[in-house]
Amino acid sequence: MTTQTAGIKAKHQRLVLVVIALVALIGAALLAIWGLRSQASYFYVPSDIVAARPDPDRGVRLGGMVEKGSLKTEPDGVTIAFVVHDGKARVPVRFKGIVPSLFVEGSGVVAEGKLAANGTFIADNLLAKHDEKYVPREMKEMTEAQAKQVVAETQ
Amino acid sequence: MHGFANPARFLRIARWLMPLLLISGVVLAAGSLAWGLFFAPAEGLQGETVRILYVHVPSAWLGMGGWTAIAVASLVELVWRHPLAGIGARAIAVPGAVFTALCLVTGSLWGRPAWGTWWVWDGRLTSMLVLLFLYFGYAALAQAASGEGQGNSRVPAVFGLVGAVNIPIIHYSVLWWNSLHQPPSISVGKSAMALDFLVPLLIATLGFSLIFGGVVLARMRAILADIQAEARLRRKAGGLA
Repeated sequence: MTTQTAGIKAKHQRLVLVVIALVALIGAALLAIWGLRSQASYFYVPSDIVAARPDPDRGVRLGGMVEKGSLKTEPDGVTIAFVVHDGKARVPVRFKGIVPSLFVEGSGVVAEGKLAANGTFIADNLLAKHDEKYVPREMKEMTEAQAKQVVAETQ
Repeated sequence: MHGFANPARFLRIARWLMPLLLISGVVLAAGSLAWGLFFAPAEGLQGETVRILYVHVPSAWLGMGGWTAIAVASLVELVWRHPLAGIGARAIAVPGAVFTALCLVTGSLWGRPAWGTWWVWDGRLTSMLVLLFLYFGYAALAQAASGEGQGNSRVPAVFGLVGAVNIPIIHYSVLWWNSLHQPPSISVGKSAMALDFLVPLLIATLGFSLIFGGVVLARMRAILADIQAEARLRRKAGGLA
């Protein structure tokens, strides 16, 4: 009987100790994450760049959406210009080179490069950022109303 | 719960449960992969490369789920001293590491056509790589502890609990920090993924999980057999001396 109560007591004590250790551990992790909140981001959004302009010779990454209708190819055929926005601010970008196949207007992009003194972002590399939506190819080419109809028919 | 503490009882259940899990897992995984690779549609923007999804997502799920299971087993080991908990956690380490590595490899192969890069040091990719290294560390610790008798299984258990901090970091990395990896498509009750992709993906995830469970049971049986053989050898040696 006594050994059994002692066993339950020891178990209880271990449980309390583990819970205290876990609370301390989670607290430490939250502090570290809080401290990292700006450094751990992979890119700046246009509002960050507009709010605090990075040095013209400091390499930074700029991420956001490619503004619809802003993508233009320059006469040399390999240089492109477009605008990256995040709903609040816009940054014009120039890039010379081959773009990833998912790079399209209205989709996400991460540009690596430097912000020139005139406010244009000169990119030396582009990465395409896919969103979390997955849509079948056949549905993508339809209009919204057509897609709804197809869904209604197949259900 | 302590009904299952008896290894003999556990072995009786594992003997028929293990092949059941493995066979049903292989059937489901093979069927859903065939569905995903040959019959599911191509994605609107990504085209055919989206099919990596059906291996990538189940691997990520098992990599993270494996460590969550190690953490739960570690808690049970530390507090209740359940004799099978440490063995279960040890059995998870290698398959967990394999699926984490598979997730990283398929992700890298997918990243090249989709993003234009094999690898970036963003929050999601970095925290997943950290998980792989945690698995290596855990496997090494568990291996070392198994040679030194019962008391030392507490060291890997503490490591298993501490490492669990990385799991929510992996999950929330794409929400807390700007990252190249997109936010989750599937959350409880809703999906930003069309059903054409979601259904084979969920079946593939179930199939891979059943295989994982079967492999863990097989490894637990092997570890128990190892312990028994060693105890028998020790008894024999004692009898001779």
